[in-house]
Amino acid sequence: MNPWPFVIGAYALTLGGTAAMAAAAWIAMRRAEGQAERQRKK
Amino acid sequence: MPTLHAFANPTRFLSIARPLTPVLLALGAALLLFGSWAGLTQTPPDYLQGETVRILYIHVPTAWLGMGGWTGIAVSSIVYLVWRHPLAAIAARAVALPGAVFAGLCLATGSIWGRPTWGTWWQWDGRLTSMLLLFFVYLAYLALSRADAERDGDGRIPALFGIAGTALLPIIRYSVIWWRTLHQGPSITLTKSSVDNSILWPLGFTLAGFSLLFVAIVLMRMRADLARIKVEARMRRMAAA
Repeated sequence: MNPWPFVIGAYALTLGGTAAMAAAAWIAMRRAEGQAERQRKK
Repeated sequence: MPTLHAFANPTRFLSIARPLTPVLLALGAALLLFGSWAGLTQTPPDYLQGETVRILYIHVPTAWLGMGGWTGIAVSSIVYLVWRHPLAAIAARAVALPGAVFAGLCLATGSIWGRPTWGTWWQWDGRLTSMLLLFFVYLAYLALSRADAERDGDGRIPALFGIAGTALLPIIRYSVIWWRTLHQGPSITLTKSSVDNSILWPLGFTLAGFSLLFVAIVLMRMRADLARIKVEARMRRMAAA
């Protein structure tokens, strides 16, 4: 059995999942802090 | 303890979290990418498992962070129940999602590793089943804390659940000793390792990288939660005026 598809699949899933979670957290944070800042300036 | 109270101040917390977030993100990503590159290209294959041993560098950190995340929830829950710091409840909520994702990634990478090594994607042995239970407990905590927030609850029920869930951690830790089946025994601990250094060394980089990214994600989720709370409080004040 060729092991590389399993190794590459595991890395893609883990690194991709971590990157997606970090990106989602960054976007949610920027959006929430932006909304708070806009409300403060009103 | 005065230090804990000082950091529990949201303004003080934000003054530290804002500059720290991009540093943790950049350093975590760099360490993780280097560790992954080294793990995929710079270490020899294992004499028994061959190339599949390279899954070790991502599987072990996700397992440790899946369990470490729940420890974070439990510690924050105790701080919240004892000292009533709202920031502790926000921290527990912020840890839950990345903790659940890492527990899920641990199960997924373990399953992918198991297929070429054991000849099966899944086995109902002590380690795999107890880790799956932890994943479900994370999902239950996420649902419970969301329901509590929507009903303007005081956060005590999720905090108690967070403390009760720690009962699973020793079961996961010792499952490979209590019930020996397919999963190997403890080969890497904080003090010793049965894995040769020529294979082990990239693990330090991926573990540090994942850990820094985990903390960065928790800080970003806490900052988002604090900003939302601020907006809601202002809207309530405006509605009342």
